[in-house]
Amino acid sequence: MLGIETSCDETAAAIVDSDRHILSNVVHSQIAAHTPYGGVVPEIAARAHLEYLDAVIGRALTDAGITLKDIDGVAATGGPGLIGGVIVGVMTAKAIAASAGKKFVAVNHLEAHALTARLTAPAGAPLEFPYLLLLVSGGHCQLLDVEGVGRYRRLGTTIDDAAGEAFDKAAAMLGLGFPGGPALEKAATQGDPKRFQLPRPMLGRPNADFSFSGLKTALRRAAGATMLEDRAKADLAASFQAAITDVLVDRTGRAIDAFEEKHGSGKPLVLAGGVAANKSIRTALADLAERRGMALAVPPIGLCTDNAAMVAWAGIERLAVGPADDLDFAPRPRWPLDQAAAAAGAKA
Amino acid sequence: MDAFPPIDLPDEAATADLARRVGAFLKAGDVVALRGDLGAGKTAFARTLIRALIGEEGAGTDVPSPTFTLVQTYETPGGPIHHFDLYRIVSPDELTEIGWDEALTGGIVLVEWPERAGALLPAARLDLTLEFGAAAGTRHALLQPSAEWIDNHAGFAALQRGPQGE
Repeated sequence: MLGIETSCDETAAAIVDSDRHILSNVVHSQIAAHTPYGGVVPEIAARAHLEYLDAVIGRALTDAGITLKDIDGVAATGGPGLIGGVIVGVMTAKAIAASAGKKFVAVNHLEAHALTARLTAPAGAPLEFPYLLLLVSGGHCQLLDVEGVGRYRRLGTTIDDAAGEAFDKAAAMLGLGFPGGPALEKAATQGDPKRFQLPRPMLGRPNADFSFSGLKTALRRAAGATMLEDRAKADLAASFQAAITDVLVDRTGRAIDAFEEKHGSGKPLVLAGGVAANKSIRTALADLAERRGMALAVPPIGLCTDNAAMVAWAGIERLAVGPADDLDFAPRPRWPLDQAAAAAGAKA
Repeated sequence: MDAFPPIDLPDEAATADLARRVGAFLKAGDVVALRGDLGAGKTAFARTLIRALIGEEGAGTDVPSPTFTLVQTYETPGGPIHHFDLYRIVSPDELTEIGWDEALTGGIVLVEWPERAGALLPAARLDLTLEFGAAAGTRHALLQPSAEWIDNHAGFAALQRGPQGE
């Protein structure tokens, strides 16, 4: 299966087979391409995807040592995401599918993240449904009950900003550079997480929703009242990271309650999305999983951030349980996973 | 364009109320530029306004921050409303690729970080700036409608009288 991912900043293509082998995985990071200019803002233009995608697909095929003849299908991210990029990926995938006579699958970006841990589970220890997924990235922050392919129950979501976005904007406020997540984490290692009392939005609420907008505002106030020397920056970064970590742990704990009510205890907890790279968050969630008697699975970080191997894999999983998509599929800038489940259910 | 006197917003409820009151004036072709620092509450303001315009189903509608997707579009009884966030835009040229021109001709446009649009930001618009107040949780809103805006929105000046002015 050829996978194509163009829904945000990365232009990516990958080849994955149904025995869970990643034969190639190419990511043309537009962020990397722009760091030489000192730009703190990634290129967002669909034009960039258009420019790189052919070469990225060619490279994915070459790395895998195959040609288009050898694939069974093409899976592309069909949403949610930046519409221009999604159109480029979907149109390219349709063109390949039509001209080479291959199956086409439009994959929900969130579904691809949700199923990645099944691709990367160790041989001999496959990840079975159901499991609880915490997806934390720049664009998303959700807790999902993953019951099966196309069967997702959203237990919690952010009511405002995503966690990764909060990291990015906090780093921008503190002048820590880009990308914000790693920059803030690095600064936080030198800081005192107890120096600034930042709020823990939503803590203790009965549902599993998130909110990070108020935390951003609180950081703004704390930063504004302090001369921002490196010491203060580090302490603010550490305090901010501690607050986000506490919120993620508390909300995930609530989601575990809801998940166990339906599925019982002892099922896995899966962490995905770029924010999974944060060590403080990973450690805290590992502790939580241990307390709750769950095994924590975290895909390798290169597969937690946006990539095409996850899209190819989701395409394989989808074709294993249902039909390919029609070539008249229209890209969907907003595409909640619950609706993906509804659509898959309607088709079945 | 004359600025209205700042409107005091002592809490989130007051901000939400202002969002609904501004929203009630909006029609296709309108542009509202939302200004203010990170954390000032631009997205929260936009969220309340959008949900109010959607109507009955608004409360249950996800209105995510468009920072990563740059634009989110919602259908309302009065036509589409486009919620842009240009935080990640480097050059105004990029606007053409995210449907800026189409949005301006086909609905209401709410835009955060409007300064990134440069000359592509229409002159006929409402500028709404959210500023932090002295006490935690408080804000001021500064409304700066263009002359065309005043002409096209009868009764808009009444907004400055605050929630009691209705």
